[in-house]
Amino acid sequence: MSTTGESPVPSLTVERSSMRHLADAQVGVELDTGDMILNLGPQHPATHGTLRIVVRLDGERVVSADPVIGYMHRGYEKLTEFRTYPQVTTLINRIDWLSSFANEVPFMTAAEQLMAIEAPPRAVYIRTVLTELSRIATFLLFLGEMGLQVGALTPAFYGFRDREYVLNLIEAATGGRFHPNFNRIGGLKDDLPWGWIAECRSTMKVVLDACDDFEDLVLGNEIFEARTQGIGIIPASVGAGYGVSGSNLRASGVDWDLRRDRPYLAYPEVDFQVWTHPDGDSYSRYWVRLQETREAARIVLQCLDQIPSGPIMAKVPRIIKVPEGEVWVETENPLGQMGYYVISKGATGPFRVKIRSASFSNVSTLPWLLRGVYVPDVITILASLYFILGDIDR
Amino acid sequence: MTLALSIGWGSTLAIKTIVVLTVIPLGALILGYVFLLKMMSHMQSRLGPMDPGGFHGWYQLVGDGLKFLQKEDVMPAQADRRVFAVAPAVVVMSTFLVFLVIPMGPDLVVKDLDVGVFYALAVSSLSVVGVLMAGWASANKFALLGALRAAAQLIAYELPLLLAVVGVVIQAGTMSLQGIVLSQQHGKIFGWGGLGEPFLLTQFVGLALFLVASQAELTQTPFDMPVAESELVAGYMVEYTGFRFLFFFIGEFGTAFAFAAIAATLFLGGWAIPGVHGDWANILGPPVLFAKLMIIAFFMFWVRFTYPRLREDQLQAVAWKFLIPLGLANILLTGLFKVAF
Repeated sequence: MSTTGESPVPSLTVERSSMRHLADAQVGVELDTGDMILNLGPQHPATHGTLRIVVRLDGERVVSADPVIGYMHRGYEKLTEFRTYPQVTTLINRIDWLSSFANEVPFMTAAEQLMAIEAPPRAVYIRTVLTELSRIATFLLFLGEMGLQVGALTPAFYGFRDREYVLNLIEAATGGRFHPNFNRIGGLKDDLPWGWIAECRSTMKVVLDACDDFEDLVLGNEIFEARTQGIGIIPASVGAGYGVSGSNLRASGVDWDLRRDRPYLAYPEVDFQVWTHPDGDSYSRYWVRLQETREAARIVLQCLDQIPSGPIMAKVPRIIKVPEGEVWVETENPLGQMGYYVISKGATGPFRVKIRSASFSNVSTLPWLLRGVYVPDVITILASLYFILGDIDR
Repeated sequence: MTLALSIGWGSTLAIKTIVVLTVIPLGALILGYVFLLKMMSHMQSRLGPMDPGGFHGWYQLVGDGLKFLQKEDVMPAQADRRVFAVAPAVVVMSTFLVFLVIPMGPDLVVKDLDVGVFYALAVSSLSVVGVLMAGWASANKFALLGALRAAAQLIAYELPLLLAVVGVVIQAGTMSLQGIVLSQQHGKIFGWGGLGEPFLLTQFVGLALFLVASQAELTQTPFDMPVAESELVAGYMVEYTGFRFLFFFIGEFGTAFAFAAIAATLFLGGWAIPGVHGDWANILGPPVLFAKLMIIAFFMFWVRFTYPRLREDQLQAVAWKFLIPLGLANILLTGLFKVAF
């Protein structure tokens, strides 16, 4: 790196060199013979959002990579302090916007635990179904989009097409395709519409077929294998150390799924398998998500068989005041573990909310993970980690 | 010769120029419409443009072209202005030059060179100069990476492309494209000359090699790293807008058209169909060649819309470890058969 006067901050020393190229905004023509600093993002198609990765390149090989986040920070943790509990749902819908319904569940559970009320069984089942549906919608998008990032355009359209069926189901039940805002403290806003369960059953067949398609078209493709196998390996210890969670961690061989290990909703009553893969590379992350999509469809089908009748709302006061207390609720969301630490001082809104979002921890591995790979692999690894910018920045 | 010689040489030249100048953008448009807009859409379970022009959106690409003409011509502040401006023209020029030697009938050829195939392949690889110029002059790191990848890739795949053609040249005994067509027309399959002998029957390895290598030459998926839209945004084209971008587009699809035409000429018998000679061949030649090249182009674009992208080092490995040995073996076998029979 040149340390001449062209640098905007010439006095910086070697120890702070990583800080220096963060601040290096010269995208000019003075090309060093040594390293080249490439700004991937914030408006780069592969980062699907506004993640910026400052990459130092030696030829096509990455010397170091620094993710720069915060371009999408919306201050949700602070905003929750000025909202009532029912209003907070609208905000947290937009954290991981691909699986909004799954975001609502842990917060609602936290509020319900503080108030010591329990949602009726039918509401719990419907919540489970909708959570799994949003998982399917998220993963179908991933299964297609990963193909797109590796260079195949066609799977992306298949992913979007099949996800549309699932989104239609969510819309039919909740009224919203992306941001359902359907949970209420103590239950749900509405019951399922007439004929929804039969429709859902047939859609799950579509989803299972789509999974077979992706297994044949993408996973079975030699070029896809060549591009993903052995690329971006996260060893289990490193992954656990960085707080990687969800499918990313299971793809590294860690058998850990909150749905099974700390049961919530109706998961104890359904039978499903937790898939792991020993390799920890991009390929295994794709594989694990593919299996989990199938597993989610199976969970939905079981829930639809077992769904009880009854009310969908517990008895709750008209004005919700949550008693004083603190609670930590964590769930297994499509992108990984999502948790809410809610402190209540007995008011209509929370006193303080800490949100643990999965993508933030998943992306924190990037500097470690991207060192020494080629530029095309950067994209593959980013795609296989599968993060949502709203989930990183909140 | 009857068609061409009845008018003066100056008019002939003018007619030829106009034909070449219209054929390439038209070919690019047709390929773009049929394959990029329609075939790809149907493969991806969607319809593609349906409204412009009334019938299945046939007017869409023309409209796009007109739109590009209206766009502001943006040039990066730090660009090497002259090189930046010339680069698209260099790319398109190489496409135009290829068409000079492609015969569309017994007399319908702009210039029947003795070294036709060699000339076509040599000229088509000129486009890499334009690509490098574009990448360097853009003063953009993505463009630079794309251009360097393109250069490395085109050099690696020039060799299998040539080796694939050598088999045909050995069998035909000439490098002239017209001569290759004629030798296919007069060839015999085990002594039966009813259909002629398209070199597809004997040079199928050559055809496969040619298609793979031309896919890399055209920077199409699975070899589209120079323009890899998910990594380099648009590679060397990233800073181009409006008319200059249109040039790259015409260059891309025009070159696809040219390579499909060369492949159809080398392996499928070009303009020739059995039992048609003389003036009729001149009249039927262009549509026949067009039909054959559309078949070839269908395969090229089918692959493009199906496969993911290789990595640059994997691409080089495919070229040097697999395609080139295969091409050499093909030449060896062809030579042996040529001597033996």
